[in-house]
Amino acid sequence: MDKKKGILQGNAFYTLLSILVGFFVGAILLFLAGISPGEAYGQLFEGVFGNLKNIVWAFIYASPLIFTGLSVAFSFKTGVFNIGAEGQFVVGSLAACAVGILVKLPPALHIPLCMLSAVAAGAVWGSVVGLLKVKRGINEVLSFIMFNWIAYYFSNYAVNLQILHKEGGGEATKDILDSASIVFPDVIRDFLGKNRNANFGFLLAAAAAVLIWFIIRKTTLGYKLRAVGYNNYAAQYGGINSDRAVMTAMAISGGLAGLGGAVQLMGMSMRISQFASQESYGFQGITVALIAGSNPIGCIFSGLFYGAMKYGGTKLSLVDAPSEVVDIIMGTIIFFIAISHVLRNLILSRKGGKA
Amino acid sequence: MDTIISDLGLVINATLIAMPPLLYAALGSCFSERSGVINIGIEGMMTIGAFVGVVVAYFTGNPWFSFLCGGLAGAVFGLLHAVACVSFGADQTISGTAINFLAPGLAIFLCKAMFDGSSDSPSIDTASKLPRLLDGVFPVGSFWNNVLNTYSAAYLAFVAVLVVWFVFYKTRFGMRLRAAGEHPEACATLGINVFRIRYICVILSGFLSGLGGAYVTLATVSQFRPAIIVGQGFIAIAAVIFGKFSPHGAMLACLLFGLCTGLRTIASQGNWISPNLISMIPYVVTVITLVLFVGHARVPAANGKPFEKSK
Repeated sequence: MDKKKGILQGNAFYTLLSILVGFFVGAILLFLAGISPGEAYGQLFEGVFGNLKNIVWAFIYASPLIFTGLSVAFSFKTGVFNIGAEGQFVVGSLAACAVGILVKLPPALHIPLCMLSAVAAGAVWGSVVGLLKVKRGINEVLSFIMFNWIAYYFSNYAVNLQILHKEGGGEATKDILDSASIVFPDVIRDFLGKNRNANFGFLLAAAAAVLIWFIIRKTTLGYKLRAVGYNNYAAQYGGINSDRAVMTAMAISGGLAGLGGAVQLMGMSMRISQFASQESYGFQGITVALIAGSNPIGCIFSGLFYGAMKYGGTKLSLVDAPSEVVDIIMGTIIFFIAISHVLRNLILSRKGGKA
Repeated sequence: MDTIISDLGLVINATLIAMPPLLYAALGSCFSERSGVINIGIEGMMTIGAFVGVVVAYFTGNPWFSFLCGGLAGAVFGLLHAVACVSFGADQTISGTAINFLAPGLAIFLCKAMFDGSSDSPSIDTASKLPRLLDGVFPVGSFWNNVLNTYSAAYLAFVAVLVVWFVFYKTRFGMRLRAAGEHPEACATLGINVFRIRYICVILSGFLSGLGGAYVTLATVSQFRPAIIVGQGFIAIAAVIFGKFSPHGAMLACLLFGLCTGLRTIASQGNWISPNLISMIPYVVTVITLVLFVGHARVPAANGKPFEKSK
């Protein structure tokens, strides 16, 4: 096989192409809106890489997205589509928030306990949908969508419960106790451009990515899950309990999204506010997973890319460019990745025809 | 007794305000799902419809033309979804997710670009809003005024249910579209163009969703805001599942889910139950329906599967 054909067959080429198309579509829109694309993209770049503090911000924004990206990527590997990461993220965040406010413990115990409850909440939220799929054959995409909204309204309900609600603090919970915060100590924060929200989230996300890579690639469990994802019937014939595999996959996938919710809460937001609309961490996780081609290690980088775009987007108002151009770029990227496999077949068949 | 009746009138009124956008979008969802294409981009298509509808009304002052434009804006994204799912065989859930980023993103982007960086559009005046059908017939505040004096496009939504029902069950096209969602290969063998049917249905689903969105800004709210469509598109999908993928079933489901919104309005005035718990009802009952009646609420067999012409 010659080298050129190798590139055209690989996924990376089409992902890069999709990213370029995304920026191109964004540029056209900016141009039509009378904003110089060069200036806007320059501001986007400058907003992220201008100084150390901003680069650290990109890492902070990336951390929850790496988790939801891992969650979706893991589900893809096992043949389910976790479009419910959104809801699992919300219940994880809520569980961590409740434990973070109500339980008094030293940090060495409090932080793990918050995270464990988030993982448990997310895992339960994912497993219920898994159960519906396994026991009743219900399409997981439909039930995930319902569970996303149930989580959304449940969180809004919980925020207003007296036990969590901040007196006179608008529509938000109290702040979690300091012992549940994963923000870096002052010394490290000073070192990181005095970023007040610099936290352990990214390190946890990277560790989770390596762990998930290890589970998928190097363990019997991962082998079973992949076998079920690749061909359910063949896996069953080979003696794998596919129902149990689906349930395990959903639980792990849900747990990852839930942990993402905890990291966002404990490192960044410190409280949960009433939602006016879905925060979309779960849906953004789908993008992260797609750009990474469902590779867990890849999710670290695509998560960083998305995090940087999100943070950079907040700076776009400085040049009067709407930050929504980021959503448009990202939407275009997913759209083109989604159709790229057909594009690839088209290009390859044309190449093949010539040869 | 009088207060109970007038409260009831208010609940029905709130139900009728909440229901038409759901109904338009649910009819759209019926077309798409029954032809075999999952469309979770309904929410995004409603948002762009809501934006385009109100902007056209702001500049032209013609409510019905604006309503139509809202539908067409949704149809454009329907076309996009059709290109991805029908021609390119893309994963339908992913394409729908992309549309839920693209369409609301574009709506807010354009809003900011057109109105000096504000993500809220200016309000339109009453003359540019969709007219009420029976305005002035009943005394203001009376039970019948609350129940019957609603926007004409709401009555139109019920007419649309009849039309869609007729198309689905009494026309050749309807039979073919249902067949395309159950067994596209068999359709193709009989010389039916599955691609064309699915294209038409997905574009129609965008158009109807766009109308649903435009209803919100042209009747209920009279301006565009970023969170103007929050979950209505997904409630519409839930209604279609709950209504067993038929237009009349979806209508009953929309009535029920609209009632939840009606109750929510009343609940937020009193203190007896959290409005957030009421908002959960459509999603919870849909899950329960799926669990209990899974045999009846059967998803069209070829739903979500791209159709490829055999070589």
